Amino acid sequence: MSARPWLMSAPALILFGVLLLVPLGMTFVLSFNAFDFYEGIIPTTGLANYADVLGDSYYWEIFGRTFGIALATTAICALIGVPQAYILYRLSPVWRSVVVLIVIGPLLISVVVRTLGWAILLGNRGVINTALKDWGLIERPIKMMYTEGGIVLALVHVFVPFMVLAVWAALQRKDPSTEAAAESLGASPFTVFRRIVLPQTVPGILSGSLIVFSMAASSFATPAILGGRRVKVVATTVYDEFMNTLNWPLGAAIAVTLLVAVMIIMITWNRLVERRYGEALQ
Amino acid sequence: MAFLVLDGLTKTYGEVRAVDSLSCTVEKGEFVSLLGPSGCGKTTTLQMIAGFETPTSGRIELAGRNLASIPARQRGLGIVFQTYALFMHMTVRENVSFGLEMRKVSGRELKTRVDRALEMVHLGALADRYPRAMSGGQRQRVALARALVIEPELLLLDEPLSNLDAKLREEMQLELRRIQREAGVTTVMVTHDQSEALAMSDRVVVMNGGRLQQVDSPFDVYETPKSSFVSTFLGKSNNFAARLESTTDTGSVLTSGGITLSGPRASLLPGAAEIAIRPERIELTGPEQGIVSGTVRERIFLGAQWMLAIETAMGEFLVARRNSGNREADIGDTVHLVWAPQDLRILPAKEGARS
Repeated sequence: MSARPWLMSAPALILFGVLLLVPLGMTFVLSFNAFDFYEGIIPTTGLANYADVLGDSYYWEIFGRTFGIALATTAICALIGVPQAYILYRLSPVWRSVVVLIVIGPLLISVVVRTLGWAILLGNRGVINTALKDWGLIERPIKMMYTEGGIVLALVHVFVPFMVLAVWAALQRKDPSTEAAAESLGASPFTVFRRIVLPQTVPGILSGSLIVFSMAASSFATPAILGGRRVKVVATTVYDEFMNTLNWPLGAAIAVTLLVAVMIIMITWNRLVERRYGEALQ
Repeated sequence: MAFLVLDGLTKTYGEVRAVDSLSCTVEKGEFVSLLGPSGCGKTTTLQMIAGFETPTSGRIELAGRNLASIPARQRGLGIVFQTYALFMHMTVRENVSFGLEMRKVSGRELKTRVDRALEMVHLGALADRYPRAMSGGQRQRVALARALVIEPELLLLDEPLSNLDAKLREEMQLELRRIQREAGVTTVMVTHDQSEALAMSDRVVVMNGGRLQQVDSPFDVYETPKSSFVSTFLGKSNNFAARLESTTDTGSVLTSGGITLSGPRASLLPGAAEIAIRPERIELTGPEQGIVSGTVRERIFLGAQWMLAIETAMGEFLVARRNSGNREADIGDTVHLVWAPQDLRILPAKEGARS
């Protein structure tokens, strides 16, 4: 009898184990191995790769840039997503379904196609620069491709839906009468939003920012296309180690370091928000 | 001039007339309930008074001011919502302070007034708690304190007790009435619970299908219902189609199900009518005094009383019998029913019914 739950969830557990835990475990083991240009991977055990990663300012810069991009993306997503979710929440059901479709629209397009679209817009001879030049607003093209700003822009575009949906879910959990109550007590629409609605969306902003931050920090295709070789982030560095340098153990060490760093940041953020709002939001 | 005047208030949603030319008045300091089944328009009426809905036509006047052009946040009404609508991210004190902060009250005065409001609802000790850590009854008190602290001219209660369990609800009825008296605030309560409306109100406004059915004191609305709907909605009632044969100053003669009955003086013209009699006014008696005889079909024991369903020539009667400690008539027994003629209520026949 007690074996049945396990038996019934076995397919999912096996899938989860084979597809996630095994590769993760192998990457973890791989990160302790050594690498030699002539002999390839040497199955030893040591922390040399981690020492390389943590001791080299080159990697510190890449990690710093990655988290900077992720942080900026998360902040902008929250700034755009919260009002957007509130508008969505206030719309009539018919309009709401139309707008939800528009909001999740970016997710329906392949990441490569979407990013190449941004490349067309942002390039030195792209749509934006050409238009600005034709109107006589600028003489030289504004550099947008191969910059952190361009990457953040494209990441915000695709991650805003996650923030909107998370905040929207939080809004739907709240008592709809609270706004009417505040209004009846004399609050202006802006005060109602700032003092009543916004604080109640904090759990949504929290979960939305956790999703967006972790996805932005580990995103690959967008920085690879819009950042190229010049603006390297952790994910593209790992890719280069695996595919170009063929130094798999070093690549694995970088990947594991990213995983651990993202987890530490997420847990810290979660703790901070819970300590600030915990009692009110349980 | 009454304190609150609703005059020809109408609200339509497309083809549906949610509230249909409702007119009534509330005096200063009075506690009036809007009572009716769900969908009768009582909540819509409250929403229009509060300013959350705009009337299609008609007028709302409070203390001589027409409320039409005044937005909800400037009406200065205290509202207790069905879900309480507490600000979950604020402490009890912050919840209660909110309305005063919006009125730019601050410092010592703010604290004094909030303390006084919390004291009134006996929550002084819990001021720094969050609503999530409170029981339903306590949350309701917070909602009440938050609505009263702004010293509103009018207090609106939207099904304030419907989320409480039965025992707590009875306690809160008394408590709510005490607080309302203490604050001396004119109050309009919306409820679908007839016992709540009877227990708490000075007057009851009975509504059905968007229309006003009757406005009276709880006693009068129960004792002298003016329509079949009011008689059955408030308390239990045995209603039968009947025919008013004749009426004089001293009494009337009716027939129902082939049985001749005497009743009080009727204000109707002879013809089709409806009679209503409360289950608690019917006695069981011997065969010679019985007005109508029947067979017991069901018997339910409720502790303080028995409920009997009795099949008769007129139709099925519901009879309430006080539990006097003796054995009650059993299922299948033949019994004889009697009541005083003045306990019979003669009502207009239901529309479409002919007898």
